[in-house]
Amino acid sequence: MSIFNPSLNLFNCYLEALPPDWPGGFWLHWGLFVVIILAFVMVMIMGFIWFERRGLGRFQVRLGPNRTGPFGLLQPVADAIKILIKEDIIPAKGDKWVHWLAPVVAFVPVLMIFAVVPFQDGALLADLNIGILYVVALSSISVVGIFMAGWGSNNKFSLIGAMRTVAQAVSYEIPLVLAIIGVVLIAGSLSMNEIVKAQSIPFILLQPLGFLIFFMAACAEINRTPFDLLEAESELVAGYHTEYSGMKFALFYLVEYAEVLAVSAIITTLFLGGWRGPVLPPFLWFLIKVFAVFFLIFWVRSTIPRIRVDQLMAFAWKCLLPLALLNLFITAIEVVVWPEALPWTIIFLNLAIMAVLIVLWSKFFRLGGGRVEV
Amino acid sequence: MRFERYGIGIAKGMALTFKHLFRRPITTQYPEERLVTSRRIRGNELVWDREKCTGCATCAKSCPQGAIQIVTSVSTEENKYEVEKFEVDTGYCIFCGLCVESCPYEALFMGYAYERARYRRGELILVKEGLLASDERKPSGYARPKIEAALPQQTLLLDRDKVRK
Repeated sequence: MSIFNPSLNLFNCYLEALPPDWPGGFWLHWGLFVVIILAFVMVMIMGFIWFERRGLGRFQVRLGPNRTGPFGLLQPVADAIKILIKEDIIPAKGDKWVHWLAPVVAFVPVLMIFAVVPFQDGALLADLNIGILYVVALSSISVVGIFMAGWGSNNKFSLIGAMRTVAQAVSYEIPLVLAIIGVVLIAGSLSMNEIVKAQSIPFILLQPLGFLIFFMAACAEINRTPFDLLEAESELVAGYHTEYSGMKFALFYLVEYAEVLAVSAIITTLFLGGWRGPVLPPFLWFLIKVFAVFFLIFWVRSTIPRIRVDQLMAFAWKCLLPLALLNLFITAIEVVVWPEALPWTIIFLNLAIMAVLIVLWSKFFRLGGGRVEV
Repeated sequence: MRFERYGIGIAKGMALTFKHLFRRPITTQYPEERLVTSRRIRGNELVWDREKCTGCATCAKSCPQGAIQIVTSVSTEENKYEVEKFEVDTGYCIFCGLCVESCPYEALFMGYAYERARYRRGELILVKEGLLASDERKPSGYARPKIEAALPQQTLLLDRDKVRK
């Protein structure tokens, strides 16, 4: 395989996308995985909606929805039917085309992310050798959809929400990517499947600080609660989707949960060892880890109140970015200087470094105005 | 904002919310589960004891709303008043309980039941037979200490787990 021969390289890419003992051809693999991914995303989103509403209910010492079906399992279905028969409203002075296109632009890239998420060894739509780069590139497109929604609605709340999300997404993208690079350095590959294969020890142990940075930045990227300024209901009604109803609103709702699913899957793949695990089949391990990460995300949601805009920005630029840079620097040194070091020494070293850095940053940096003891 | 406590505050908060996962949910699923109300609840389903009532109409006089109507006639055979009409328009009732407190023969009780929603206003007017005690219409212990002692303790505002022990 020569890098000077692009056609051959592309061909090899296709070959690598095939699992080694697959009976059909490329197109069979392609069609099958498109169906699997669509079904997986839809079913998991419904599961996530149910899981989050029930889980949040228990966090708040109440029951959550339990009237439709056993344990309220059909609640997402009931919601979907309700939302489908609602009237579709377009603001009279809104930009009709932009308003119409926005949910699609937001939804499609999120769905495309799952093309490179490995469910098992080699069980993925396309084993791109630049898998994680592809994820980073696609994940920023849905922000365009959200901004289109804010612009097309001709509504001040929508526009402010959309502006906030653009600023937030651009700021948090940087620590997010820097945290990913730390993982890539250790794994020595950008392919998601190779990264999983490299994790004989889950990278959360080798990269504890990287995991924290990635988790917080990802929460901000997908606008989960401590950072959900774009739809802050106490300030902005509902942010960018104030003017949306019916199926278009449902698409934005789907985007929200598909993004959470994507982030859970990526954290699972990058930091928790993906499909690897003893006894149980790999696909089940993947699902368990995805649900565990999602549980962590809405556990944070149930605990921490929303932060202010100035604090949000200061947190990204003054805290996460320098920490991510330092983390990348330290990881690079470790990879270059002690490539064969015992994993446990590295693990304890990294944990100690994380503790020291967090204490230093807590002592010396003010993150925006106001006094919050955290 | 500053991480004055090195993020330990966040960790403490997370631990607290995690503990809440294992608490009993506060929700009462109403039609299936019901809380026990106060033993002295002043539910306005008034309960009337036909045997004890002498038709003195003290309750009607004490009612600030004038919601109780009594018409009596003299029964010469039994040598007492015969209650011909006992009618309470509970739509006017303000739950004050003065009728029950003023009854000299303990013949009138506040209701223990509280589900009083009706489809028609006419159904709010209770007449003689509709006022008698039954399994659905128990008397409450308001101003009636003997009935109060027999009723179960309320769970409405108390810690339900403690009451059940």
